[in-house]
Amino acid sequence: MLEHYFPNQLERGIVQCLIAALATLAVMLLARRRAPGLLSEISLAEVRGLVQIFVVGIILAALLRGPAWTSIVVLAGMILAAASIVRKRAKKIPRAFVLALIAIGSGAGAILTVMTVTGVIPLKILTLVPVGSMVIANTMNTQSIFLDRFRGEVVSHVGEIESALALGATPDVAVELYLRAAFRASLIPAVDNIRSLGIVWIPGIMAGMVLSGASPLYAALYQFVVLTTIFSSSALACFVASHLVARRIFSDYSQLLLRA
Amino acid sequence: MISTRHIVECRDLGRELPSEANRFLVKNINFAVESAEVLGVIGPSGAGKSTLLRLINRLDEPTEGSVLFHGQDYRGLDALALRRSIGMVMQRPFLFPGTVAENLAFGPRQQGRALTTSEIDILLSEVGLTGYASRDALTLSGGEAQRVAITRALANQPEVLLLDEPTSALDEASRGSVEQLLEGLIRDRHLTCIWVTHSLEQARTMADRILVLEAGRIKTIGSPAEVLPHA
Repeated sequence: MLEHYFPNQLERGIVQCLIAALATLAVMLLARRRAPGLLSEISLAEVRGLVQIFVVGIILAALLRGPAWTSIVVLAGMILAAASIVRKRAKKIPRAFVLALIAIGSGAGAILTVMTVTGVIPLKILTLVPVGSMVIANTMNTQSIFLDRFRGEVVSHVGEIESALALGATPDVAVELYLRAAFRASLIPAVDNIRSLGIVWIPGIMAGMVLSGASPLYAALYQFVVLTTIFSSSALACFVASHLVARRIFSDYSQLLLRA
Repeated sequence: MISTRHIVECRDLGRELPSEANRFLVKNINFAVESAEVLGVIGPSGAGKSTLLRLINRLDEPTEGSVLFHGQDYRGLDALALRRSIGMVMQRPFLFPGTVAENLAFGPRQQGRALTTSEIDILLSEVGLTGYASRDALTLSGGEAQRVAITRALANQPEVLLLDEPTSALDEASRGSVEQLLEGLIRDRHLTCIWVTHSLEQARTMADRILVLEAGRIKTIGSPAEVLPHA
């Protein structure tokens, strides 16, 4: 129907975005009592997301004509932006931006490097940027969940943590249980994505590959590659963060600084 | 003057409210505790009693003065080693997930020492919990859990034990038995204690000296006969 009214692809895309955004707003209006404040947050997030993805579309169109290394610059920029977003979710954790930057940078950076060097992800802008962005975005989400869950676990177990400290435990030992809980919780979505692959959802990249002429079987296998890469990157980033975050919530004298 | 008999000494100890300058949780705290002495700390709610214990255990950092441990400023000591020497029992037990035995073994394990089964059994028999070693710590009653928390602190063999109203969160029936247990342990082991309590009677019977805190400052310190009104 839309094709009839909007034969121009760009105009049609904008209208499709508006309809999709209106659907979310309608749902949030319906559920506003369950999550006060989320309506304005999702509205702002949608406007911001739309502008960003539009700009990225323009940049991608320009980059497609450039050399392959420019994709690394684009991905580095994405890692910076991802760390900035995680920082906002982890406000109570000191120097969360640097923490997230190191974690996402090392997680996504290391895994994408391995995948590119081994030829699993071709060093071409057309593949590296979209696949890389998916990996970085999912790693970012995992980081947000990890740090948010960790903060929640710590503030609800202050007594246990200080009891452990009072018995002479190091900060790392005192928060070990809560790091484990956060690590596990943050990776549940990534695990579920792999578990439900092909049964509950067929991700967009597979549809895109089929549409652009790849064999459906190869596209299916490649989707597995993408999701396991996302998991590896997310898990590595959380592993790195789990070694950095404990130091940030304790003083130099092993005193717990993070409170409700 | 520093006396070598003094295990813990607070010198001009104070802690400013982190959020407000010139407002103190405790200020100008000066006292010393000798070996095998029991110092009772009493005072109204919000007087700074728990803050005082947290400062001595260095769970919080003083903003003024310091604490001397065996005559040495504790800021020059390793905080973890200090806490192994100064045990603390909090108002609530805060046991860790796992068995009672694992809870008892936690402190010694931090020093690289494993408690033997017989050591655990001896500790548990001392607090009337014989046969509890393999019980799930999180399923114990309030009184049992606090007994385990006390034993967990003692398993570290601390030189000083800080008791932050360890019976205040217990029901009436458990409170009496845990208080009796503590009194017995302190007498039998000749423990050096700083015991924050709401009970004047407990302070009168157990403490060698009593420190009264009011609005973060020491109001008075002396023997029970000097400090407490005669019953």
